[in-house]
Formats: sequence, C-alpha cells, structure tokens
Amino acid sequence: MSQIDTAIRPRLTALEATWVIARRDFIAVLFSRAFLFFLIGPLFPVLIGGLAGSIGGQVQRNAVSIEVGLAMSAPDNAAMITAADALRPQLRGVVPELRIVDEAARDSKFDARAFMDQRRGNYAAIVTGTLTAPQVVGTQGQVNRWTGPIELIAASAAGAAPVRFPEATSQVVATSAASERTNRIRTAQAAQMVLFLLTMLLGGMVLSNLAEEKGNKIIEILAAALPMDAVFMGKLFAMLGVSFVGIAVWGALGWGFWAIAEDAIVTVTQTNFRDLPGPAVGWPMFLALGLVYFTMAYLLLGSLFLTIGAMASSVREVQTLSMPVTMLQLMVFFLSAANIGQTGTALELASVAFPLSSPFAMLARAALEETLWTHALALLWQGAAVILLVKGGSLLFRKRVMKSGGAGRVKKPWFGRRAPLAEPAE
Amino acid sequence: MAVSDHTSSGNHAAAFNAIPADARPLAIEARGLVKSFDGTRAVDGVDISVPEGAIYGILGPNGAGKTTTLRMLLGIIDPDEGIRRVFGHDRPHDIGRLIGYLPEERGLYPSMKCIEAIAFMGALRGLPLKEGRLRAGEMLERHGLGYAATRQIRQLSKGMAQTVQLLGTLVHRPRLVVLDEPFSGLDAINQGKLEVMIRALAEDGVTVIFSTHVIHHAERLCEGVAIIAGGKVPYAGSVEAARDRIPAQVRLETRAREGAWLTALPKDTRRNGDFFQFPLPATGVEPLLRQLIEGEAGILSLSIERAGLHDAFVAIAGEAAARQLESDSEEGRA
Repeated sequence: MSQIDTAIRPRLTALEATWVIARRDFIAVLFSRAFLFFLIGPLFPVLIGGLAGSIGGQVQRNAVSIEVGLAMSAPDNAAMITAADALRPQLRGVVPELRIVDEAARDSKFDARAFMDQRRGNYAAIVTGTLTAPQVVGTQGQVNRWTGPIELIAASAAGAAPVRFPEATSQVVATSAASERTNRIRTAQAAQMVLFLLTMLLGGMVLSNLAEEKGNKIIEILAAALPMDAVFMGKLFAMLGVSFVGIAVWGALGWGFWAIAEDAIVTVTQTNFRDLPGPAVGWPMFLALGLVYFTMAYLLLGSLFLTIGAMASSVREVQTLSMPVTMLQLMVFFLSAANIGQTGTALELASVAFPLSSPFAMLARAALEETLWTHALALLWQGAAVILLVKGGSLLFRKRVMKSGGAGRVKKPWFGRRAPLAEPAE
Repeated sequence: MAVSDHTSSGNHAAAFNAIPADARPLAIEARGLVKSFDGTRAVDGVDISVPEGAIYGILGPNGAGKTTTLRMLLGIIDPDEGIRRVFGHDRPHDIGRLIGYLPEERGLYPSMKCIEAIAFMGALRGLPLKEGRLRAGEMLERHGLGYAATRQIRQLSKGMAQTVQLLGTLVHRPRLVVLDEPFSGLDAINQGKLEVMIRALAEDGVTVIFSTHVIHHAERLCEGVAIIAGGKVPYAGSVEAARDRIPAQVRLETRAREGAWLTALPKDTRRNGDFFQFPLPATGVEPLLRQLIEGEAGILSLSIERAGLHDAFVAIAGEAAARQLESDSEEGRA
C-alpha cells in the first residue's frame, strides 16, 4: 500500500478544505432520514396551529357571544330585528345580532336582571322596555358597548319606515403616505418573522451536526488533517446548502398549495397575499436581500453554535450551552422587531450594529427605506463578524477541547465511569 | 542504529547525550515542547528527533503526555513553548497531505460505507475522491475486507472498523504515519497484522511514529524510542542504546560448588539456585573463563543476556512509572 505519492501538493487550500467538509456534510445530511423529518417538521406546527386556531375560534364563538337578547313586547321585538337587519349593511360590526329571549316570551313577569344574575342564557345583554324607552341590562362593559347601537336600532324601529341613508360618492387613492408606511411596516414585520422562524428552525442543525461529530470522535481526525476554521466553515456552508434545499422544498410546496387552493387560503387566512404591500426597495430586490440576510443570519447563528460546540467537552454540554443562544436569538429578534419604523434611533442603530440582530434590522430597513448602500455596508460587517466568530470558535476548540487522549474526558477514580471533564494529561 | 539520539533536561540527560546523530533528514524534530492545561503542565520540555524512514515509539504510561505530544507534533494543538518541525515545516497543516494520523479515540461516520469512509479520509488529505475509492477498494481486498466495501461502518465489528480507519489513514500514501495507541483494542491476531503493516510501511520509506504503553511492541518494532513519564522525556534515542544502558547479565552454572575459583567471580555476584548471576565485567568473560577452567569449576553452562527495554525503562523512568506501565498494559489486555 505504501508507494509514496510524490506528485501531490503538500496541502489543500482553505477553499478546498472547506469544500471537502461541506460536500461530505451536505450529502450526509441530505440523504439522511433525519432530513426527511426535518422537511416535514414545519408542517406539524402549521397543522397544529391551524387546528388550534380553528378550535380556538369555535370555542371563542361559543363562549363570547355578541348576541343581544330581546325581552320587549312581541311587536317591538319584531320591529327591532327588522331595523337591525336594515342597518347592518351600513354599520357592519356595530349592529349586534338580536335574538328574542324565549323565557321572556313565555313569562309575562320575566325579570331580565334576575335572569342575567343567574347567569342564564348566553347573551351579551338583554334589552327590555319599549322602542321609545329601551333598557339595556348587562354588565357595565356590555352596557357601555351596546347602549348606543340599541338606541340607534330602537330609533330606527320606532320610525314608520326604515331610515334612508344618503349615498356618498367616493374617490379612491392608491395609498397615502401614512397608509404606505403602515403597509411597509407590516411587510417588515412579516419578513422579520419569516427570517426568524427559518433561522431558528435551521440553526439547530449545525449544532446537532457538531454534537454528532463529537459523539463519533471524528472531530480529531478532521482537526489533524485540516485547519479548524476550514472545518467550521465547511460545516456552516454544508448546513446552509441544506437549509436552501429545505427552503426550496417548502417554497415549492407553498407555491403549489397556493396555485391549487388560492381562494381557500384567502378565505381561511382573511389575507390576500397578492395584495401584500410592496417594500421600499421593490419586491425583486427585497427578495434578493431577504435571501442574503437569511444567509448572513444563518452563518452568524451557526458560527455562534459552533463556537459553543468548541467550548463544550461533551454532547450534553453542547446541548446545555445552546439554550442561552436560543434565548439570545429571541432577544435580538425582539430588539429588531421593536425598532421597526424607528430608523436612525439609537436603539435601531444598535440593532443594526449588533451582528446577530443586524440581518433582521436591515431586512426591516429594506422594507421601509429605499437606500441600498447601507445594505452593502451591513453585509460587509456581518461577513466580518462570521469570520471572526469562526476564527474564535476554532481557536477555542483547539485550546479547550483537544486536551487529552480521552477527547477531553478522563476516567473517574471510582466505578470506571467517564466524566465530561478535560484533564491535562495524555 | 538509525535514530538520532538526544535527551531532555531530565535527570538522565547527561548519560544519553553521547549517542551519535543520524545522517538521514529528520521527519520530525521537536525541541522543548511545553503544553499546560488549566495551569497544569501536561508536557514539560519534550525533545524528539525522528529521521525519515524510522519506526519510532513514544513509550509511557497513561497520562504521561503521549497524546498531547503527538497532537502538538501534528498541529492539532499548538505548544505553549518550544518548536516543532515536520519535514522541516513549522506548521504541520502546510504538509497535511504527507501525514496520516490514527487517533487513540477511533472515529468514523457510522452511516458511511467502508469504501466511502476510506476515500473521505483520503480526501481530507487531498486525495481526489474517485482515486480514493479505487485505492480503498484495492486496500480492502488486500486486507480481506473486500466483501464489506459497501457495508456501513455501523454494521462492522470493532476490529473491522479499526482496520478500515487504519486504511483510511494510509490511503493517500503518506510519508509520515502517526498512530496513537494503535494496538489498543486489537486482539493478538490483529496486533500481529498491524506489526507487519508497520514494518511494511517502514520498508517503503515511510516514517512511522506511534505511542504505546506496551513495551514489547516498542521493543519489537522500533529502532528509536522516547520514554515519557510525567510529561518529561528522560530518554529519547535508539532502543539498542537504551538497552545498552543496563549491563548484560552473565548466568553461570558450575558442577563444583566450592573452590578457589569463587574468588574470580565479580563482587556483585548473586546466587540464584544452581546459578550465579552477575553483570558482564568490563573486561568481558574471557579472563573469568580462564580462571574458572584453571580452578576446575566445571562449567555446565554460561550465557550472556542483554538487558531488555523493560529493564531500561525501569532504570530510566523509575520503578513507579514502570509499575504504572505494567498496570496499564494489564488493563489493556483485560
């Protein structure tokens, strides 16, 4: 086996070394069963969320009634219902559903207050009295809410004919400054949320990959053959590639689903995604920037996870240490989200400058501001932060993990159990 | 002997400095390597020189600093003090393609096929994957594992997995092979195969350096050895020179029990049953033989036995280190 290769170059370039690691990790993850679960994983929250929302909505509809009971005379009840039906198209959301209280219809001595006190029925309030002197019985909040509309309905019902409203003509403008800004803020919020969810979902893959390498004791072979920062970079880009595959699959599924069931989606979500407000830089540039900022957010988070992995001596430590990073990620998301629309304030600038929150803050800016050069600057800064984190992580790894022959572990003096402790020997 | 010799600043330094240097270029050269972890010195001033083509052992008990030394030599960690050069390069990663490394903690991706695992390890050292697969197939066939080429690592026995990893260490045909405790976990048959493999590498001009806590592996294979204990290297030099530090022992059996010839025996002679035992006199045995014959001692047998590496280890590293080494070996066998 041992004819010596004399023609080979003595070392791989950093790019070649990164490629060797990235290729292996990318293929290994992509063709693993875990990746399949990873792909269908996001469907579960969506399904559960939809189900929970549907159930919750139903429960709320059952529990929170907007029906107002009528305990007036039969003609008054009928007139009130007719008037309410006539008013409802003009006053959508203001006119309540009116329902005759059966108990009142049967009992001439019906006491609305006692009925409500006994917590019977499911009425927000009950209207007694006459059309000229209606009385609203209910809690203070419900009385405050419904007195005005009931007066309006009663006044209308007391008239000989339904109230006629003058028809207003209208002139529609596409948007106004205030409306445009409000819409763009909505776009910024939505984009930040998508970015956050994707990085949260995909960032953990880097950590689990590193934990696997520690578990398999392969990391020393990699560290012996290649510079550690090339190993880390390779892992980062492999996982980035995998995450792009994930996004492509989810994107294709989402697009297909939209194509098939656009109407149903609009009905269920009460949102027409075709009418989403346009970002300041325009949709093509915004999507491109979104992809780039996802890449940076992912690389930043991944390099942080790798640094954590570098500090840990065991798989358990890796998992434990990842919790603070997840919390930190939530905090930077909240920081960025809280400063949407406050461009130039000290806090907003801080969220732009802090590497982990920078992609989120800058994506929001892309939705709100037309300026592009700030993005170039931010991307340079974020790229530098990735390199610094990777360098720092690899340095820590070499300093802290490769301490002993037991890959940072020594035998405990009793029971022969191995502890996740680095011992400066062997 | 082929290995250049020198010692660290330990107690025995002066005694071993006289061994002449080898003319071959050095594959590994380390001077004054120091490494501390959390304030404790794991390696304390290690000097090692390994000429190209040598089989060199780093011999010491567990916790002596063998792995830390190897990791510094390979550039996995950097020394706090001292210099290391591999084929004349300060940064071993710069010549990564010339090095093969088998760590003590064996590691392979469990879901990888054998042939892919070997090719990947070659790729880490710059061997194109296609070529790596070709070589891996040939190597597996040659070592009787051709049938397992497409099996996943997790489907292999521990011994087979170790062989696969060793083949992965060699697939890119390195000029320097570093093996950390390569014999640990192997049964006697596989240990024998590994010894053959190491010798074959050396015959092809490959430098092999391995750590071990089993003396007879070092004694059988190595031309040079560094004895390490407590992070220090009290001896680094040829195995022969180490053994020569202890005088050869003469074992004499005579028919006569008494006589004037007894006065001819050296003063430090010990009686052991029917035998007399004493260190070989500086003048050799010929004058003594003459007196024994003239004194009619009736020589039944006389043998001169060279000291083993174990005796040398005891003399150099001390009784405590030797006891620990034996204990580690027994633990390893168990």
